[in-house]
Amino acid sequence: MSVADLDPVVVGVIVAMAVLTYLTKAGGLWLLGHVEPSERVDAGLSVLPGAVVVAIVGPELVAGGPSAWLAGAVVVLLTRKTGSLLAALVGGIGVLLAVRAVI
Amino acid sequence: MTSDTDDREAVTFTAAGAREGFLRCLPVAAGVGGYGLVFGVVARQSGLSTAEATLMSATVFAGAAQLIAVELWADPIPVVAVLTTTAVVNARYVLMGASLRPWFARLGLREAYGSMFFLIDETWALAMGDLTEGSGRGAFMLGSGVAVWLFWVGATVVGASVGAAIGDPSQYGLDFVLPAIFLAIATELWEGKSTLLPWAVAFLVAVVTADVLPGRWYILAGGIAGSLVEVIRVGR
Repeated sequence: MSVADLDPVVVGVIVAMAVLTYLTKAGGLWLLGHVEPSERVDAGLSVLPGAVVVAIVGPELVAGGPSAWLAGAVVVLLTRKTGSLLAALVGGIGVLLAVRAVI
Repeated sequence: MTSDTDDREAVTFTAAGAREGFLRCLPVAAGVGGYGLVFGVVARQSGLSTAEATLMSATVFAGAAQLIAVELWADPIPVVAVLTTTAVVNARYVLMGASLRPWFARLGLREAYGSMFFLIDETWALAMGDLTEGSGRGAFMLGSGVAVWLFWVGATVVGASVGAAIGDPSQYGLDFVLPAIFLAIATELWEGKSTLLPWAVAFLVAVVTADVLPGRWYILAGGIAGSLVEVIRVGR
């Protein structure tokens, strides 16, 4: 696979993702001229991204074992304390490698 | 809801407004670049070429959805799962777009709908802040978006080029990068105790579904279950 490789199927999926994403972005602006979202819809949509992220990480963490649990805790802690993605990544991966080396 | 036709200060669409948005967003954009680097590395590890990863960043322009897509990526590509998850993760943009209507309804159609491409969490937050203060800068989000877009696409190119040079990712703990990124995103999305119930439900449903169903459907199952719990909770 070369650097400049553009597979037609991959490009097709990317274009479909782009169209879908734009529709969600522009959809709200368009839709509100026609209907008003209820408080419940509003609440459901607001928690959706967080819930999806938790659903991605949950099974991975459970399967990851103690090294992933410890590293995960470090990532959460560092994100809260420093607000820096880099610090959280470096700290988390450092702990992960250290624990893996010991176990 | 604010009426579209109330007579507050006019909303304009000017180069000065776009410039203000661009400059005010630069520090944020640099931060987003960090995620772009990671996206590039992971995309390359998932089998996308540098050109494909860059194309995705340039045209999709939605961080969480892109990271989840490359997490799901496999050969053959699970097209339905990738697209469904993209739509679900981006569903929040519908709300954000709707909240911009009081101002954007007063712009030209091309200005308003062109700007919407640049709607992401960060630019929306900045633009809402600016517009609610009564600046009337309709081009603020466009300017902010261009700043983030430049960093996001540039960082993707760099990340993907670096990613190509890395051999076995687990040797450097890089298999943990995506979980770590998602944990960092979750930490930032945490809104206190009210988040606990929907997230606990999302977690449990995802873990159980991952055991029972093949593929990556547990992501949607968990996410939608968590969201439904919130809908029920608010409705009572």
